[in-house]
Amino acid sequence: MAKKSLSKKLIASPYLVWAGIFIIVPLVIVVYYSFFDANGNFTLEYVSEMGKYKDVMLNSIWLGFIATVISLVLAYPLAYIMARSTANVQRTMMMLVMLPMWMNLLIRTYSMMILMQDTGIINSFLERIGLDSVHMINTQGAVVLGMVYNYIPYMILPLYSIMAKMDHNLIEAAEDLGANKVTVFKNIILPLSLPGIASGFTMVFVPSVSTFYISKKLGGNTFSLIGDVIEMQFKSANNYNLGASLSLVLMVLIIICMMVMNRFTGEDDDGGVLI
Amino acid sequence: MMEDNVIIKLQNISKKFEDDVILDNINLSIKDKEFMTFLGPSGCGKTTTLRIIAGFLESDSGQVLFEGKDINNLPPHKRQVNTIFQRYALFPHLNVYDNIAFGLRIKKMKEKDISKKVHEMLELVNLKGFQKRNIASLSGGQQQRVAIARALAVEPRVLLLDEPLGALDLKLRKDMQVELKNIQKRMGITFIYVTHDQQEALSMSDTIVVMNDGKIQQIGTPIDIYNEPKNAFVADFIGESNILDGVMLNDFKAKFSGAVFQCLDKGFAVNESVDIVVRPEDVDVVPVEEGTISGVITSNTFKGVHFEMIVDIDNFKWMIETTDYYPVGTRIGIQIEPDAIHVMKKSEYSGMYGDYSSFSDEIEHLSDITEEEE
Repeated sequence: MAKKSLSKKLIASPYLVWAGIFIIVPLVIVVYYSFFDANGNFTLEYVSEMGKYKDVMLNSIWLGFIATVISLVLAYPLAYIMARSTANVQRTMMMLVMLPMWMNLLIRTYSMMILMQDTGIINSFLERIGLDSVHMINTQGAVVLGMVYNYIPYMILPLYSIMAKMDHNLIEAAEDLGANKVTVFKNIILPLSLPGIASGFTMVFVPSVSTFYISKKLGGNTFSLIGDVIEMQFKSANNYNLGASLSLVLMVLIIICMMVMNRFTGEDDDGGVLI
Repeated sequence: MMEDNVIIKLQNISKKFEDDVILDNINLSIKDKEFMTFLGPSGCGKTTTLRIIAGFLESDSGQVLFEGKDINNLPPHKRQVNTIFQRYALFPHLNVYDNIAFGLRIKKMKEKDISKKVHEMLELVNLKGFQKRNIASLSGGQQQRVAIARALAVEPRVLLLDEPLGALDLKLRKDMQVELKNIQKRMGITFIYVTHDQQEALSMSDTIVVMNDGKIQQIGTPIDIYNEPKNAFVADFIGESNILDGVMLNDFKAKFSGAVFQCLDKGFAVNESVDIVVRPEDVDVVPVEEGTISGVITSNTFKGVHFEMIVDIDNFKWMIETTDYYPVGTRIGIQIEPDAIHVMKKSEYSGMYGDYSSFSDEIEHLSDITEEEE
């Protein structure tokens, strides 16, 4: 028994070392910078500076939330159709979902820019067919669109995997007992896919809230998200302490959001939940 | 229009999946309150027939009549039939109570009446006190009972059971067979039961429908099916049988294995080629000089109640069951009473089953396990 657990530890050790250096240590540094000033004295000054960024913080969470909800609404029916398709169709659809993920996030975001610019591809097309062009770039809408575009595969995959696992007999059993399509969805499919929803929600919401690149490229300088503010503290303002404390607060807020979410979806279900 | 007592009638039902013919012109009347079993090997179309009755599948042609009314276009949730699924299909996110109450809540029954009904059902399936239990915490047998309670709670006229005992171990399966039969009698509803296990079919059914290749091979009571199989397939599938090539010399006179036997069958043409069935337990072992025919024992296996011998008679390996022991290599005489000989017309299955030269318990057993439709 002891031997077995030792070999298990050995197998896990490369990752443990990795996690220690690149996850635990940085987290400790973040916490340190948040609460200690340049001279090493404990201070709450940086954390209390948070108030100034309350609006940015809330706006980031709000936009991330909208992007996540849009992703969910788009991904849910797609995942359902995928899970009910023949094996060949499933493979093809899976390919199409994964394809954008093979490209770098930066490249994908640049392509969104090119599409949405005032003189971009979409607007040229609209003008060509005689419609007025639409101002899209540098708006909050463009940023949300960018988040959805970039992160929607992370919503589709967990939903698809949980729906593919779902026993089709359950649906037939419900119909057999008198349930029509609406009842089957409400009482069987939806509750059974909640773990997938929770998992997809986490995987889209967290990177959306903390993104800085998407907002910078698609939102221009018209407004910033909390990710931009944090980036600025480290790269231009050189205020590591404030950057660290903002990061810390953001992490805590996201954890609270996820806890609320998991409470809502029932945390005891098997499989699918990543966080 | 409506025949006496018939609750479900299948008329000219055919079904293809791509180019495979699954059901070929099925005609069947199912009587109210009867225990009917669809019996056949995997791929014979028995589950497909069940799913067409339940409404999960649509037939390519033909009609399903429920009390004389065409229900072809009625979706499953509007049919007065309920299904017990092979793997129970209990809702994993609901507890036992909510599973059983599922159909009742859809009917918008009052919670008080629901509670009464659920408790009644739990008592019926011997699961009193289980209402709060999680589905995952139940054993296979208990899940099976919950599935039965859930289906019966909505008071169906017909209960469809798709190999419901397939996943249970032998002992439990035997108990559940008795219990299911009792429940069917007590509720006074029609059971349509699908199985590939002939023993199960013989011991539970009022009527057995033997199916193969998408066709009904024979419909009859268990005793009819066993004693009067219609063709070589039925004879081979139900129980053990020696199926021999023979000739009907005349009424009551059959020739096979190089000898002429008296039998009870008549109405065949003079010298018509036929298939002869002799069950292993119906063969009398006698001293060589008294036997109509004789053969040498090539193997002998003790089965508890009897010995199972393989006997080479004229290069055809018979299976013969006796209660007396004879060592391998002994030559024995054989006598067969007239009522132990069953004569069948030649069919597409004639000559397909051969003798017992390659028989092995193990293979028989393996084929039982792997038989599972779709």
